[in-house]
Amino acid sequence: MLEIKNLHVELEEEGKQILKGVDLTVESGQVHAIMGPNGSGKSTLSYVLSGRDGYTVTDGEATLAGEDLLEMEPEERAAAGLFLAFQYPVEIPGVGNMTFLRTAVNAQRKLRGEEELSSGDFLRLIRAKAKTLKIDADMLKRPVNVGFSGGEKKRNEILQMAMLEPKMCILDETDSGLDVDAMKLVSEGVNALRSEGRSFLVITHYQRLLDHIKPDVVHIMADGRIIKTGGPDLALEVETQGYAHLLNEEA
Amino acid sequence: MALPQQKLDATGARLAAMSLPEGGAWISEARTSARARVEAMGLPHRRDEYWKYTRPETLVEPGAREASTFETYEPTVFGEIDRLKIVFVDGVYDAEASDELSLAGVEIEPLSEAGAKDIHWARDLYGVLETRGQSPVERPLAALNTAYAADGMVIRVTGKAEKPVSLVYLQESTSSDAIFHHVVKIEAGADLTLLENGPAAARLNKVMEVEIADGGAFHHVRTQGRAHERRAATHIFARLGKESVFKSFTLTVNGALTRNEAVIELTGDDAVAHVAGAALGDGATGDFHHDDTVFITHDAENCESRQVYKKVLRNGAVGVFQGKILVKDGAQKTDGYQISQSLLLDDDSQFLAKPELEIYADDVVCSHGSTSGAIDEEGLFYLRSRGVPKDIATDLMVIAFVAEALEEIEDEAIAADVLSRLESWLQRRRG
Ligand SMILES: Nc1ncnc2c1ncn2[C@@H]1O[C@H](COP(=O)(O)OP(=O)(O)OP(=O)(O)O)[C@@H](O)[C@H]1O
Ligand SMILES: [Mg+2]
Repeated sequence: MLEIKNLHVELEEEGKQILKGVDLTVESGQVHAIMGPNGSGKSTLSYVLSGRDGYTVTDGEATLAGEDLLEMEPEERAAAGLFLAFQYPVEIPGVGNMTFLRTAVNAQRKLRGEEELSSGDFLRLIRAKAKTLKIDADMLKRPVNVGFSGGEKKRNEILQMAMLEPKMCILDETDSGLDVDAMKLVSEGVNALRSEGRSFLVITHYQRLLDHIKPDVVHIMADGRIIKTGGPDLALEVETQGYAHLLNEEA
Repeated sequence: MALPQQKLDATGARLAAMSLPEGGAWISEARTSARARVEAMGLPHRRDEYWKYTRPETLVEPGAREASTFETYEPTVFGEIDRLKIVFVDGVYDAEASDELSLAGVEIEPLSEAGAKDIHWARDLYGVLETRGQSPVERPLAALNTAYAADGMVIRVTGKAEKPVSLVYLQESTSSDAIFHHVVKIEAGADLTLLENGPAAARLNKVMEVEIADGGAFHHVRTQGRAHERRAATHIFARLGKESVFKSFTLTVNGALTRNEAVIELTGDDAVAHVAGAALGDGATGDFHHDDTVFITHDAENCESRQVYKKVLRNGAVGVFQGKILVKDGAQKTDGYQISQSLLLDDDSQFLAKPELEIYADDVVCSHGSTSGAIDEEGLFYLRSRGVPKDIATDLMVIAFVAEALEEIEDEAIAADVLSRLESWLQRRRG
């Protein structure tokens, strides 16, 4: 599904290198987790994959189902099936959540050559999905993320994901800021989407989330590279021992 | 004080090319004295402080510059609103194309007819509010209008108008130079919604004087013609009585030059005046220079005024805002608010703002702010990451940006109509 080879990325302005050769392959239907110390480049990786400005890829490649991601505009990546649940969802005053999501769903359908959803169908769909995530109908009417609590923003990300039905979902610290119940809700939302043709890359600092969303593979990222890959046990190891011994192993 | 020679010459040249229209005694008097005011003030010159950001030459020179007429195959704005439609073609009232001038709660008469009479109630307003508005800042183009306007509508509202009065301004000639003047008198407790749309002429000079008696309400919504080459100088002079309400909103897209002045005086306690505008300009399809100049005077207690102006500029478009709140001695408990903002979609576009407060009362709340900024890149990326193409994402943010001004339109159906105009303008730009 997602294939990243030797990806090197610099900050466009400062020329500072952040990713120093990332190799990562996520098979179709799998859930991979990435853990790693603060500042190791996890969010940068997710931004570069989704096409945010400000980064220069100096080497390497990234493909989604065989298509070169790095050549595409952000909206084309989304239409190709990539979705990033932001670590810090953006507030957009004046743009209604509902308008935004309907525009997004229909724009993707159009780019894929599918028929647009009627407003009635859209409404029914979003109401049903919002309900399972315990998102208030009122929140849907408000401007995108404006005045949402930290946890509400994260739930809103998952609602968008559920509406857009992407093939490759990247979740950047979706668990941070969630209370215990919300974490369960969000995990259930994610698990409900797990399927043959859909993969997940879950960035997290905590084993807790991985109790709910069981990963097939766990990667450790440090200083811009994947330094270790293993099974679910690797996350437990981090939980109890931290990163120090892994970093030393590496050195 | 003697006028500078250049000003004298320009004013002389313009006046020489015109003659005062025929009319009854009352209007002839008003016209003659207006003409004398123009001669005394001189027409605007680019060195005038009040014209620092907008060059007045093309509004002042004797003839109108050519402006292609604009054809649209879309349904026009307000078409779905139940209204009394009054049509002007190149600034001249077209009775045949208009509805019958009869509406419950309202008396309507063309200025040409009212002016032909020897005496008319409009005498107490025509050129009167304009004259009051000449101080402390001169507005010579408005005096020019009072002197030479041959047409317009004279409207007296005695009750709640049954439906909106809609003035539709068509342009047929590429060189039409229209000067027209409306007078609106809202009697105590009466209520009118006035709609205006269309390019009107290659060059337009329009004045509207509005007097609102105690407890009256006047709602004004206009969209200014999409014709690219048209030029317009418009003035609204309003005087508000006790507990009266004045709300005006203008949507402007396209137009080589637009100067919209609003001069509002709150003279009765507890009156409310809101003026708002959204202007969207794209220099790629022709010059775009849009100037909102507002002067609000608080001369009574406990009044509220709001100015909300938003401009979206791209490809070298220019936006200007000059807005003043004057709170006179004794106008206690004044609540004044003014915001002017521009969204610059590129580095070529420009927004020039001059917000001013002048306050002589001690118990008032006045706030004003002016900002100029680019589109929020974070927000744009967020929308795009969900699959919304860049141009649509930009438009969503543009609509969000002007929303505060649009919210000043009270009637929901009219607001929705104006919004859909704006959306289709944006959509056309996307191609
Ligand atoms: N725009 C930027 N300007 C300057 N430095 C940046 C920028 N973006 C990222 N960095 C730096 O790049 C490094 C990687 O940041 P990134 O956000 O990818 O880390 P992370 O692994 O997601 O960390 P965390 O676990 O704290 O979320 C950090 O040192 C960060 O300061
Ligand atoms: Mg991060």
